[in-house]
Amino acid sequence: MAEVDTTVQSTTGVPQVLASKVERPSEGWTSWVTTTDHKKIGIMYIVTTLVFFILGGVEALMMRLQLGAANNTLLSPEVYNALFTIHGTTMVFLFVVPIMAGFGNYFVPLMIGARDMAFPKLNALSYWLLLSGGIVFYASIFFSPPEVAWTAYTPLSGAAYSPSGGVDAWIFLVHLTGLSSLVGAVNFYATIAHMRAPGMGWGRMPLFVWTILIYAILLILALPVIAGAATLLLTDRHFGTNFYTPGEGDPLLWQHLFWFFGHPEVYIMILPAFGIISEVLPVFARKPIFGYKAIAAATVVIAFLGLLVWAHHMFTTPSPSVVLIFFMLSSFLIAIPTGVKMFNWIATLWRGTIIFKPPLLFAAGFLSLFLIGGISGIFLAIFPIDWQVHDTYFVVAHFHYVIVGGGVFAIFSGLYYWYPKMTGRMPNERLGQVSVVTMYIGFTLTFLIQHSLGLDGMPRRVYEYQDLGNLELYNQISTFGSFVLGIGILISFYNFIRSLKKGAIAGPDPWLGNTLEWFTTSPPPQNNFDEVPRVRSVEPMKDIRRQVERQSGIEAGEREFTRS
Amino acid sequence: MTGRAPRDSEDSRPRNTIPAALAPTATYPNLRRTILAALALAALGLLAFAGVASADLATPESGGSSNADDIDTLYKFVLVLAIIIFIAVEGVLVYSLIKYRNRKGAVAAQIHGNTKLEIGWTVGAAVLLVVLGGVTFAFLGDIRNPPNSSANGYNGPGTEPVKFASAEDRQPPNGRALRIQVNGQQYLWRYTYADGDDNRLNNVFAYTEMVVPTDTTVTLAIKAQDVIHSWWIPQLGGKFDAVPGHTNYTWFKIPGDKAGQVFRGQCAELCGRNHANMVATVRAVTPDQYKLWLAGKKRAIETGNKAVIAQRKALFPTEEDQVTEDSAVNPTP
Repeated sequence: MAEVDTTVQSTTGVPQVLASKVERPSEGWTSWVTTTDHKKIGIMYIVTTLVFFILGGVEALMMRLQLGAANNTLLSPEVYNALFTIHGTTMVFLFVVPIMAGFGNYFVPLMIGARDMAFPKLNALSYWLLLSGGIVFYASIFFSPPEVAWTAYTPLSGAAYSPSGGVDAWIFLVHLTGLSSLVGAVNFYATIAHMRAPGMGWGRMPLFVWTILIYAILLILALPVIAGAATLLLTDRHFGTNFYTPGEGDPLLWQHLFWFFGHPEVYIMILPAFGIISEVLPVFARKPIFGYKAIAAATVVIAFLGLLVWAHHMFTTPSPSVVLIFFMLSSFLIAIPTGVKMFNWIATLWRGTIIFKPPLLFAAGFLSLFLIGGISGIFLAIFPIDWQVHDTYFVVAHFHYVIVGGGVFAIFSGLYYWYPKMTGRMPNERLGQVSVVTMYIGFTLTFLIQHSLGLDGMPRRVYEYQDLGNLELYNQISTFGSFVLGIGILISFYNFIRSLKKGAIAGPDPWLGNTLEWFTTSPPPQNNFDEVPRVRSVEPMKDIRRQVERQSGIEAGEREFTRS
Repeated sequence: MTGRAPRDSEDSRPRNTIPAALAPTATYPNLRRTILAALALAALGLLAFAGVASADLATPESGGSSNADDIDTLYKFVLVLAIIIFIAVEGVLVYSLIKYRNRKGAVAAQIHGNTKLEIGWTVGAAVLLVVLGGVTFAFLGDIRNPPNSSANGYNGPGTEPVKFASAEDRQPPNGRALRIQVNGQQYLWRYTYADGDDNRLNNVFAYTEMVVPTDTTVTLAIKAQDVIHSWWIPQLGGKFDAVPGHTNYTWFKIPGDKAGQVFRGQCAELCGRNHANMVATVRAVTPDQYKLWLAGKKRAIETGNKAVIAQRKALFPTEEDQVTEDSAVNPTP
């Protein structure tokens, strides 16, 4: 770092790590179990959630196999109902939400030039709570797994209709993972608010950090509601209360409380994905992000509006017209900031010099698939149309376009983008290309046709269907596609494992990145930075590279690169 | 974390050379060919799709009632707008990806934004949504509010105007509609037909298949007695949840030329293990046939009740006063 040192100003204002004694660093597995290092916790988060992702994927493939033929008898209804319950719960509570916390854990401190999270021990607690939640929930498959869908609508989830302990395991998971996320959210908020590098005002914060900040605020606002609602369900089930009992209480109360959490949860999942895309696109288009302020502002607006649209999940319930109209219009509004982001991302690519590395390929996949999910969302917001497609495979297609086409493609973009930083090795490029193409084709085969399934009258959460019209054909296309998608995902996993040993040495900044995580080694040392540079723009690393060029007189990396 | 990366201090490589990972790969000359091949494949796929498209591939079911038809029309309007937006945005995206891929001598424009453009597309998106909202409101009245029964429709017992109706229980302008109460229960649908009198124990009822007269406005009051179900016959309009403790309302009016048709649907809200088989059908018959069916059904129920009473008398002679014709087989009116 000899030539960089001249550009770096010493740090003030960032909390310093003080030590009263030096202990030998633990090694082996104990170093993981006892760690409070945000990077190790981040990796544990990411690995754990990817394991749950595989479990959830296997459950999905089992369901697709069952639906591969009309009137199939491969799975019994109780197994099928348990599968979609566990699949949905896993993907939401144990994969997409916590993997964003994993990325946030690893990269928020690095991107803002901090040496760890604000509360390292709380950080470890939040990981272990997550793991406990997952174990408690998955343990139920050895007894009586829940069969009430991830939404656990009452009265079906009440003691009268679901007497077994499966629903209680689900409630336990909601509490443990909820507590984990809450603790993590407070930690993110404190870290981002107080530990940014000198010069990094709110207007110079990386967009990924913006989205993690909003993610944290949304978690703090939404999670207490589901925690309260699940506790009421627990007391209804076991202690004789009647919060959700028809007559004395109201089953619709559960739906309102659940979706008051559930809809912000969608943005909790997708906003950090937006953040990843906002980081990847400028780096691989070699161009600044288009409309930084608009994208940051759109994130805040989406989060605010996201709190006001929950009852669009309830358009078919007995509700007054004025409620339906309000929630239709508020759902419309959310399309505006989302559209703004989309346009800004495409404008970032416009007139760039786009380098087609795997992170960019996944980001491009995200843009093209998320667009479809956004457009089908407009159909669902119009409540008379929703009356036809609600609770059908059209909705299944819609939210998989958003959460898989959007979220998972962004997660893979982030995994490829940050893999060199986390492991010090480059992932194999060819395998990445094969994986993204396979995943894209598999995804489209699986989910595009599901719109038609729903329009042709197939409700979701049915373990079998009669062969009416083209239902069987459409289902077979979808089942075939799901296995292609699965293979595409496995190729990437193989790539990640293989590249741990065989990947090329990455060096500190293999992508010529814009943000501070590329300023340190790959993987970073325990304290992240010996010195934290003063931040003068949204792209501090670009500034540093320019300064090096000016002072050393060596030909610029950028121009050299674009000439080749 | 097995890959031990070199420490920063050991990294003597000057920072301004191109990192190996960013060096262009040899695949670029093939890119254009790959893209062309992909486009050709996509076009073929679309053509194949068009073949199957005859069976309502991209639009909701309709044809049984004017509200379903109106939803279908509204959907098609939105679909056209959606396709235009999709092609425009996806087109610009694909164009940017191809046109601005890194090539020899290309220099990325260092643009940070364009306020006018950004305000422009924000307003553009808002205007589009105002249009969508306007069109939806234009359709809303016809979707929510039932028309009068036709002159040749059924207007016998069960179609008398109600004295008190919930604000959400939409009535035709003249107030006359055949009223059927739908009751969802694990795992079947029960229909109770209004008969014009206040005694709710002697009504005609049926399970699973609902028989209705054509040219007649039928209003449904949808309830549930155990868990939440959802009433849905796609060709007769949207779905309406049957929530215990609540009543949901909808209507349909099947045109005369559909007499003899059976409209199929099923429960659309997870209600337990047998949710997949909780089907419902609506059989449309002419008003005359409906009267015959109603009379036949009433006779069958009476005969059944009498048989049960006879049986009970034989089994429990002392109980005879407590068993009436109505309560025998009609426990949940």
